[in-house]
Amino acid sequence: MFYYSIKRLLMLIPVLLGMTLIVFAIIHAIPGNPALTILGTKATPEAIHSLNRSLGLDNPWYIQYFSYLKDILSGDLGTSIQTHTPIASEIWPHLAATIELSFIAMIIAVFVGINAGIISAWKQNTVLDYTAMILALIGVSMPVFWLGLLEQWGFSIKLQWLPSIGRDDIRNSVDPITNLYLLDTLLQGRFDQFWMVLRHLILPSIALATIPTAIIARMTRSSMLEVLKSDYIRTAKAKGQKMVWIVYKYALKNAFIPILTVIGLQTGLLLGGAILTETIFGWPGVGLYIYNAIQYRDYPVIQSGILVIAFIFVMVNFVVDLLYGLFDPRIKYR
Amino acid sequence: MNDTLLKVSGLRTSFFTDDGEIPAVNGIDFTVHEGEILGLVGESGCGKSVTSLSIMGLLPSPPGKIVGGHIFYKDEDISHAKESRMRQLRGNDIAMIFQEPMTSLNPVFTIGDQLKEAIRLHSHLSKKELEERSIELLKQVGLPRAKELLKEYPHELSGGMRQRVMIAMAMSCNPKVLIADEPTTALDVTIQAQILDLMVKLNKETHTAIIMITHDLGVVAQMCHRVAVMYSGKIVEEGTVKEIFNRPQHPYTKGLIESIPDLHDKKDSLYTIKGSVPKPGSITRGCLFAPRCEFVMDKCLEQTPELLGEEHKSRCFLHQG
Repeated sequence: MFYYSIKRLLMLIPVLLGMTLIVFAIIHAIPGNPALTILGTKATPEAIHSLNRSLGLDNPWYIQYFSYLKDILSGDLGTSIQTHTPIASEIWPHLAATIELSFIAMIIAVFVGINAGIISAWKQNTVLDYTAMILALIGVSMPVFWLGLLEQWGFSIKLQWLPSIGRDDIRNSVDPITNLYLLDTLLQGRFDQFWMVLRHLILPSIALATIPTAIIARMTRSSMLEVLKSDYIRTAKAKGQKMVWIVYKYALKNAFIPILTVIGLQTGLLLGGAILTETIFGWPGVGLYIYNAIQYRDYPVIQSGILVIAFIFVMVNFVVDLLYGLFDPRIKYR
Repeated sequence: MNDTLLKVSGLRTSFFTDDGEIPAVNGIDFTVHEGEILGLVGESGCGKSVTSLSIMGLLPSPPGKIVGGHIFYKDEDISHAKESRMRQLRGNDIAMIFQEPMTSLNPVFTIGDQLKEAIRLHSHLSKKELEERSIELLKQVGLPRAKELLKEYPHELSGGMRQRVMIAMAMSCNPKVLIADEPTTALDVTIQAQILDLMVKLNKETHTAIIMITHDLGVVAQMCHRVAVMYSGKIVEEGTVKEIFNRPQHPYTKGLIESIPDLHDKKDSLYTIKGSVPKPGSITRGCLFAPRCEFVMDKCLEQTPELLGEEHKSRCFLHQG
């Protein structure tokens, strides 16, 4: 297991290198001149030329690529054109916001999705099964922006139960330590603020969770259906074991590999920043950060944002790969 | 005799499909006595496995359902017992081993997990006692390295070893009745013999009654005391192994015995029973075997014979005057 992890970790290097190359290529394929963007349309050709030189943009692409790579490795993600601050320090609060939101959304999705899928499979072809699967179908097909607006209209405006926007109240804002607000408020012992932050999380995380919940539910159902028909489930019944126990312990562990794969992919997608959800709920996450950068043509931010998202995606799948072995001993790590 | 453990009387089990009711088991009666090995023989699809699943209360339901008759365990009718009562009986009083040792063990739990669970469900042993009992059981079924085996997963074991584990699991709570549904079909011949020997040995040591479900008359001859021959959801002949093999009465039983290959016989081709098993429910009048029978009479097509006789019973007009 240890050697496998090391090997798998080393195998990440070419993947990550390829990733940086693609990100680099995409940015360079986009028409438009950064110097022109920075200096404005009235800039003289001389000024553009000298800025290009100082930014290193007159060098051949491979020189630019290697200097870009060198910067990344030293933790320098460049400087934002818009705010003139280093992206590396600017991106973390956004990333933390996204991580917090995605984490809560995934907890909801995994809990609801797996249970719905299990009950569907267990009570196959009953009203419970049909209800769960119709809800899942609605969940997959409902546009997130529409659901988000509905939530805000219902729970914030009409019922006034929950806040509709942001991570915290402006008049009672959290003092960031790690920028993971739930953690920060706990560290500071501010339980009132913890509750306030949690209330802000509810609506966006439900909106964000709908699609993953539905996808996890459907995958769980199909995987469980197959497992529940197998001989070893019959053996467990023949021993006199309770059905609840059989379903949740015996069957679920067997059915978990495809579910885990879906959970991994969905987590990667959520962490990539749900631009729609974050925009609607004014959630200052990476999605919103990149969305703003695109509007301002802030290329370094776009580039680094994409890089960070891709990096997270790769890492989540790496963790999922390692987890496979926990659930199925037949997967041998050599 | 009052050592009757299991009494099946007039059991009828049907499957309800889109094509209507399919009677898989159509009124069968047999009894199992303490310490006895009863063979239940018949072709594929004659209702042997459905009978065993009905007894265990493990019919896939829907579509399967017991539609008539009774199953008495000791004096209790368990044919429609509550699930909670059946859970107490399963594994503890009536245990079962299955045809497919390769797929009957859960691949993601260790042998120890699965064996200990079977014991724990019906007893209150401490962790240490559980471990000891598991090792003892594995040794009892002739498995070497018992202690290490507990930590291994099913895929690390051969088919024969897995079937031994299944037997150990089934025997873990000293059941009164063990239902073995073609336990050796998926194994090669030498392993088959070992497993059968093991079951005979356990039967002698623990006095557990065994219902041996098989389509192999060789297995019956080797280990059973009594045998019931099933055909198309009904028992057509029942008696001691000696009687049935020496003096078979029903033409179907005769056909089965004739079709056993004989080493000393120089015939080029084996005897076969013509035709195939009728679809359950397709014959509603007369003897079910009549269309394939060499001795068919007019009466056989009109009336349904009963299972008659004392120690040796058969369902055939040839022997009922």
